[in-house]
Amino acid sequence: MTGSWLITDIRPYGEAAVDVLIRGGHIAEIGPGLSAAGAERIDGGGLIALPGLVDLHTHLREPGREDAETVQTGARSAALGGFTGVHAMANTDPVADTAGVVEQVWRLGRDSGLVDVAPVGAVTVGLGGTQLAELGAMADSAARVRVFSDDGFCVADPALMRRALEYVKAFGGVIAQHAEEPRLTVGAQMNEGVRSAQLGLTGWPAAAEEAVIARDVLLAGHVGSRLHVCHVSTAGSVELLRWAKAKGIDVTAEVTPHHLLLTDDLAATYDPVYKVNPPLRTASDVQALREGLADGTIDAVATDHAPHAVEDKECEWGAARPGMLGLQQALSVVVLAMVETGLLDWRGVADRCSTRPARIGGLGRDGHGGGLTVGAPANLVLLDPAARSILDPAELASRSRNTPYAGMELPGRVVATLLRGRPTVLDGKAQA
Amino acid sequence: MSRHLLSAADFDREQATLFLDTAAQIEAALAGREVKKLPTLRGRTVVNLFYEDSTRTRISFELAAKRLSADVINFSAKGSSVSKGESLKDTALTLEAMGADAVVVRHSMSGAPHRLALWVRGCVVNAGDGTHEHPTQALLDAYTMRSRLGRLEGLRVTIVGDVLHSRVARSNVLLLATLGAEVTLVAPPTLLPVGIETWPVEVAFDLDGALPKADVVMMLRVQRERMAESYFPSPREYSRRYGLDATRMAMLPDDAIVMHPGPMNRGMEIAAEVADSVRSTIVEQVRNGLSVRMAVLYLLLSGAEVSL
Ligand SMILES: [Zn+2]
Repeated sequence: MTGSWLITDIRPYGEAAVDVLIRGGHIAEIGPGLSAAGAERIDGGGLIALPGLVDLHTHLREPGREDAETVQTGARSAALGGFTGVHAMANTDPVADTAGVVEQVWRLGRDSGLVDVAPVGAVTVGLGGTQLAELGAMADSAARVRVFSDDGFCVADPALMRRALEYVKAFGGVIAQHAEEPRLTVGAQMNEGVRSAQLGLTGWPAAAEEAVIARDVLLAGHVGSRLHVCHVSTAGSVELLRWAKAKGIDVTAEVTPHHLLLTDDLAATYDPVYKVNPPLRTASDVQALREGLADGTIDAVATDHAPHAVEDKECEWGAARPGMLGLQQALSVVVLAMVETGLLDWRGVADRCSTRPARIGGLGRDGHGGGLTVGAPANLVLLDPAARSILDPAELASRSRNTPYAGMELPGRVVATLLRGRPTVLDGKAQA
Repeated sequence: MSRHLLSAADFDREQATLFLDTAAQIEAALAGREVKKLPTLRGRTVVNLFYEDSTRTRISFELAAKRLSADVINFSAKGSSVSKGESLKDTALTLEAMGADAVVVRHSMSGAPHRLALWVRGCVVNAGDGTHEHPTQALLDAYTMRSRLGRLEGLRVTIVGDVLHSRVARSNVLLLATLGAEVTLVAPPTLLPVGIETWPVEVAFDLDGALPKADVVMMLRVQRERMAESYFPSPREYSRRYGLDATRMAMLPDDAIVMHPGPMNRGMEIAAEVADSVRSTIVEQVRNGLSVRMAVLYLLLSGAEVSL
């Protein structure tokens, strides 16, 4: 099924140029001046090679909102963004709270042939926040679910959260919390602060995120469970996570590309393309998130890719759905926010965008997030870091167009992505 | 300056003064006339697009447009496609096709007029958007202060009440700062927005302390329902601490005026004897609203000869 590929002149982690021979889906040889009869050649031309990216937080919208995204279009976006594995959030319609739905999503992902789709299971039935879903059945299903999340909603009930944290230990699961105290965010539209006061938009206070993170790390510590915190967005959250990790609590966290780059000043346009949950915060939050990602307090970049149909964004701010596209531009934003600022080197990018998310979500078992070493599964992305381009939303692979980066010049171009030795992207074009 | 009137922050002192001076000229021109009508906007179409019930503001704009001889279309949420879930954009395109020269929009969502302005070629006038702004109210308030007290520069204006949810307060703060007045906001801390320390105002929690220094006291409408959200314990306590009654009114300097954008909650933020006193400008505000809105429509629509 997979042939042999000889990729010449690539720089793993931006280091010395080598050739890489891929055979049987694995990296067979690494070194200078390789030759292999019968292998197809990819001329790397000095491109940077990283392990295939892994996203812990993607909304693929299928089943239920195929007008906004399908597993196929989402998978294409992911491959074009350099991803080889994505976790599909559970807030579909029907909700992914049974073995049947998670298996359906998993199969659609497998059929896409472009990216491994690991379904996330809902923590509670229907995301209702009151009754545990059959977590064990989802774990035991063909989809082998390990990440559980009510994302979109917070598991707000502290007793239920405690039980969920405990219960998933039986099969090595992790609860990924969308940290949002619901009573503090009734009707919330944007970050609460100077901008919301001026714009007359109901505020989403940082404390509503931080209060839940504080509670959950204490609970996780108490019962000895793993906790993962979704889309951390405030400086205070970074401090809490730093404290929890120093205490030895088993907590991991992710940050989105948009929270690493954009601020709540953009709400002044009233353009709902900038409406997202958690909301864009202030410049000092952005700085704290970058530093937290750089020092490892935040483990992973996760896109929170959230496609929305045109009518859900081409409206009043208050009527719009929250969320923005992320898969296809994630690596570019990381390059801009973290690499060009000197905060992360390429090994750091590989760690935060591939190795750690694969470990957190369990995709490591399928060979994701491994090193670029002989014998490892050939999941990799080839990147031209010098290429810069102005983003035209019409060129995106997603069914939706709600990118906050329209018209922005972004660095980095994904030239090729390989999933188990098979190119899913070549020459910047998806292969399915 | 853009062709729209979306925020009181959209214009500088000179432009703000031009609105007020034009309103004064219009008032003078119509004074004593039997037919209160000017031919200025003949053949132009003004649409009142009201997503929120506000009879008084709609009537004010309607009358203002009619007195300038414009054709007026009232497009209200009730009984139109708007209430059947037509999107703001589709409504905008419809109005565009009708050839609306100006759209006066009232909407429950902050920023809706900004969105509308993207989709229509005509002027958009913000007639109140959510908890954001109500710029023509601020203009008519400034006009009222100036005509009663003769100046705006250095005038001490105390605005009392639900600043958090008040578009009137936001627009007044911006405009009064532009015009050189000194604004003090008085409210329970729950009804002041986070971030208010960046506003060009003084903030106080004690109304009695603020009144003796006020040339103008503007009482904001406070909805009783805010009690259910624990912004204050009870209407009675609110009224006791932040309501303006006769005793408190007596603490004001002799020439001070009492304003209210309406509609009033008598007995809540303002006592009946205050609302009906000689200090009260409430009826004047309504009358001035008409002249000011005529000035706004005139200046936005009459085009090149005015440097706006
Ligand atoms: Zn979320």
